[in-house]
Amino acid sequence: MQDRMGKDVMTTLVVAGGLIWLLPQLVSTYTLTVLIIYGMLGFSLGLIWGFGGILCFGQAAFFGLGAYTYAIAAINIGESTLPMLIAILVPAIAALLLGAMMFYGRLTDVYLGVITLVVTLILFKFINSTAGPQFVIGTARLGGFNGIPGFQTLNVPGDPDAYIWGDAYYYVCAVMMVLVYLLVSALLRSSFGRIAVGIRENETRMSLMGYDVAARKTILFAIGAAIAGLAGALFANWGEIVTPGLFSLGQSAEIIIWCIVGGLGTRFGPILGAAGLAYLKFALGQQSLIDNTLITGLILVLFVLFLPKGLVPAISSLWKVSFARRSPSRVHQARRMRNRGRANG
Amino acid sequence: MDLSIVILVEMLYAVASLVLISAGLAVVFGMMKVINLAHGEFMMMGGYATITAVNLGANVFVAMLVVAPITVGLIGLVVERLVIRHLYGRLVDTMLATWGLSLFFIGVATMIFGNTTTGISTPIPGFSVGDYQINGYNFFIILVAIALVVGMLVILKSTRAGLIARGTMQRSDIAAALGYSPDRIYMATFFCGSALSGLAGAVLAPLVGLVPTSGGAYIAKAFITVIAGGPSLVAGLLSSAGLFGLVNQIFTFAISPVIGDVALLVAAVVLLRLLPQGVTGKFFKGKL
Repeated sequence: MQDRMGKDVMTTLVVAGGLIWLLPQLVSTYTLTVLIIYGMLGFSLGLIWGFGGILCFGQAAFFGLGAYTYAIAAINIGESTLPMLIAILVPAIAALLLGAMMFYGRLTDVYLGVITLVVTLILFKFINSTAGPQFVIGTARLGGFNGIPGFQTLNVPGDPDAYIWGDAYYYVCAVMMVLVYLLVSALLRSSFGRIAVGIRENETRMSLMGYDVAARKTILFAIGAAIAGLAGALFANWGEIVTPGLFSLGQSAEIIIWCIVGGLGTRFGPILGAAGLAYLKFALGQQSLIDNTLITGLILVLFVLFLPKGLVPAISSLWKVSFARRSPSRVHQARRMRNRGRANG
Repeated sequence: MDLSIVILVEMLYAVASLVLISAGLAVVFGMMKVINLAHGEFMMMGGYATITAVNLGANVFVAMLVVAPITVGLIGLVVERLVIRHLYGRLVDTMLATWGLSLFFIGVATMIFGNTTTGISTPIPGFSVGDYQINGYNFFIILVAIALVVGMLVILKSTRAGLIARGTMQRSDIAAALGYSPDRIYMATFFCGSALSGLAGAVLAPLVGLVPTSGGAYIAKAFITVIAGGPSLVAGLLSSAGLFGLVNQIFTFAISPVIGDVALLVAAVVLLRLLPQGVTGKFFKGKL
């Protein structure tokens, strides 16, 4: 167990290091930074949906909340270390409250979807209507449809004048992504993570075994929101402006599409889906022959119809079929499992 | 006195437009348990069908009440054959696939009509009540909504087709054993649902400037109304549309339209928390 964990961490570090070094040779770091941020956002939904079975239609709400919190806090405080932390905390607390309301009320699938969607819409409408000068938090004006520009961007902790931008910012985001990935991996390997998967598989069984399902789902939901909030804060730093568009339905839809295309129930899938589709969108934006939205929609429909499990599981099963040696003991074991199944069935 | 008449008409109008917006989705979700997130785009296409037909010289009422529903119904038919029928019984998958369809249709509409606002003028002039001006077209929308609800009740309750449809929705295997093909009934139901969406989009088209992304404004409201309504088709639709329309207009008149919209959404969250199965999951049980 310990050994496999070490191996997993090593593989992650080696692959991530390789990618961080290799990708800037192919794509500009400015684009790569936002791809990583989207990857992190996709990863946050991948965690709660793929491993917790919570389909949240409003992950964009936490993303936007993180971005807005960072912008407002940075204007008021004037440096970036504390605002980053606040931008993670505020979405997490919001998710704790929202999650407690939903999960203790035993809302599931569609109803959960509606509520998260509605909350996103409320935030969107509210922020959109805050153009007037009376909407002020501290010294930061909310700005309504125009958003908030001109806040302090990321700086070296303790030195507000040493800005981190350009290539350096790319490396910061990449390291953050790897850190989040490792932390989530550790979480999933812990008993909390395995129980979360158990809840996804069968909620009634887990609650009969004595686990507090509502509390665990709420906490997992909050962790996902914290990651989305971090992604939002990083996005605010990258774009140097936050707008209500961050809360929009389209943004929420895109996050769900990333997870589906990349592969649910895998850690790497949503990241790959997010970065890949965001890059595709970027590349398609360079031409005007076919509308961008049309292709995004077509991809989603085709994936749901023909590859509902997503890219990463499909590729890995293809890999196993074509390359993996089938060790005799494993074949034997599989046969035994099958026979046992037949005896019971 | 005059103000109270205006407010009454506005409230009826708010409820009627919610009924219109949600009817198509209610048929598709309530009867087939398919959540059609492309519903808003079906409405958008209904609007474009109307405008195109009017520009080609058709009478505006013919365009709204005949051309648009049939056009959108046929598009719905194609969608059902190509995509939806492979996904019956997989709630989340249908949601995602129809979301993809909605993006697809937005893209198609952008390529055909361009990303600009189009519209037609309202065919019915306004009139004044005392010091206030009322949009005469609001009455038309209220009338259409009433006709729609009555029509749905009559068809579902007292025609053979309605009986077969309801039976199939409850137990498709028994319906199949009795010699009705569930496949074709689902197809027909989806056609009706799409046609209703098209009708709603067409009737509302003169009131809004139409852009390819117009559908997004409707889908959330429709989705919320239908889910909050619960399992009964007509009773659920009426009760939740009535409730939300009322809340929306009270807060709109008391404070501002934005607060009205927010109040509607908050009411939906509270309602779903208290009655997770929707209004008709608790009250009016067993009604249509």
